[in-house]
Amino acid sequence: MKKLIFIIPFITIALSACAQQTESSVKAEDPKTLSYTTEVVVSDIPIAWGLEFLPDGSMLITEKAGALIHFKDGVKTNITGAPEVYNRGQGGFLDIKLHPDYANNGWIYMTYASSEGEGTGGNTALMRAKLSGTSLTNQEVLYKAGPNTTRGQHFGSRIVFDNDGYLYFSAGERGDHFVNPQDLTKDNGKIYRLYDDGRIPEDNPFVNTPNAKKAIWSYGHRNPQGMIKHPITGEIWAHEHGPQGGDEINIVKKGKNYGWPVISYGINYDNTILTELTAKEGMEQPLFYWVPSIAPSGFAMVTSDKYPDWKGNLLVGSLKFGYVERLVLENNKVIKREKLFEGVGRVRNVVQAPDGFIYLGVEGKGIVKVIPN
Amino acid sequence: MKLFSIICLGFVSITCNTIYSQNKDLDESIKRGKDIYQDFCITCHMGNGEGLAGAFPPLAKSDFLMNNRAKSIHAIKYGLQGEVVVNGKKYNSVMASQGLTDDEVADVMNYITNSWGNKNEKIVTVKEVSEVKK
Ligand code: HEC
Repeated sequence: MKKLIFIIPFITIALSACAQQTESSVKAEDPKTLSYTTEVVVSDIPIAWGLEFLPDGSMLITEKAGALIHFKDGVKTNITGAPEVYNRGQGGFLDIKLHPDYANNGWIYMTYASSEGEGTGGNTALMRAKLSGTSLTNQEVLYKAGPNTTRGQHFGSRIVFDNDGYLYFSAGERGDHFVNPQDLTKDNGKIYRLYDDGRIPEDNPFVNTPNAKKAIWSYGHRNPQGMIKHPITGEIWAHEHGPQGGDEINIVKKGKNYGWPVISYGINYDNTILTELTAKEGMEQPLFYWVPSIAPSGFAMVTSDKYPDWKGNLLVGSLKFGYVERLVLENNKVIKREKLFEGVGRVRNVVQAPDGFIYLGVEGKGIVKVIPN
Repeated sequence: MKLFSIICLGFVSITCNTIYSQNKDLDESIKRGKDIYQDFCITCHMGNGEGLAGAFPPLAKSDFLMNNRAKSIHAIKYGLQGEVVVNGKKYNSVMASQGLTDDEVADVMNYITNSWGNKNEKIVTVKEVSEVKK
């Protein structure tokens, strides 16, 4: 008996050690010097989720509750004909992106939560349309994930085109992590790849897999809300929200499994263990993971000459801590992290515009520009 | 006399019944509210309603929540933005409306006002939520 009592503290220590998470290898620091500051350029937008620039330099902004805003010469105009959105929890109007050949074909792509289709609630949809004056026309729904659910979580969704003109977009697992992300016959927890008109490319990885959703490009994702084309390699890079801890940056490759919820560096919100595994054969390791979570949304790699000391760095918005994280890479390894503009507000989006400036979508504010001070 | 006792008994049992059924309603509402909380609120206000210093105010033992019933319903229903003081600490951020239905707002209110050391025996009803206007 005495022996047993002696053992108890050890068991407790051992158990709590299991619940300990391994923190990110590189910690975020405050900048020593910062030669840039922020300026609000479009104000009074509750949640500026997506941002795109038209050839004339004016902005198209998606507001989560459903408005499509055209901002030109200091004036905001609501565009009619925007998709009807299911505004609940994390769902609503999401990303917006121009076709790479917009100048010739005029196509604009949008993702949003939609209640069309099977079941009550909503799920992520992709639409394209053209802008004519102050209206959208020629609307075509190219993809609608299903079934709908009334859950509030994890719609994704960012849109990216690669160098060959294929379109990628993300849909989160809709809060059903044991059901969706590992099942190729189900939507959600996936990154999809389509032709620009919505057709399924013949060389998608699961076109010959029985009952699979043929649009799937990669799976085992939780909730990717940042996605870019690497400006040099042309690869698709995405980051995603982990649970409590375990946000990740991944290089998104054809047919790969990114492991959620079988492997994760995160734990449940109630501090219970979700999975003991952080690695498994057949599942990809992230390029970087965040513990603790920063709640990443919006993603950019700086290439412009406006920020010479940031060239080649990644910028990631943090919803949770209200800053922009700058990540310095060396051979695809994060070697330094810096917290920029702490206190700016919940950063929903980070975009490098055609004019070379970085613009942020900040919740409760609108669009914020990063300028030299 | 006999009639009087019967009437008395009747009253007692009616009273008991209402108290009992209100508790039952409350318990069930709290149970549903827990699911809503885990779905829509936990990412910011955290597993034990403790919030996150500097970013998300606590709900556990929150003076704002426990002393401002209508304002709290309003915040959950329509969102909340600007400076608020919770337990002596200032927050100046945004909470968007989560798009919940009135019965879901009532359920989550009953859950958060009866969890983590909070206690509220007066059930928040759907009617009460529906009367909180923008
Ligand atoms: C995206 C993060 C987020 C989510 C999700 C969220 N809140 Fe909040 N909540 C906040 C912030 C930030 C404030 C303070 C807003 C301000 O500064 O004006 C707040 C304030 C509050 C308040 C008043 C202040 C207090 O602490 O008592 C209540 C009550 C509340 N939230 C309840 C909820 C409930 C219930 C839900 C789920 C239905 C929820 N919140 C979802 C971020 C969030």
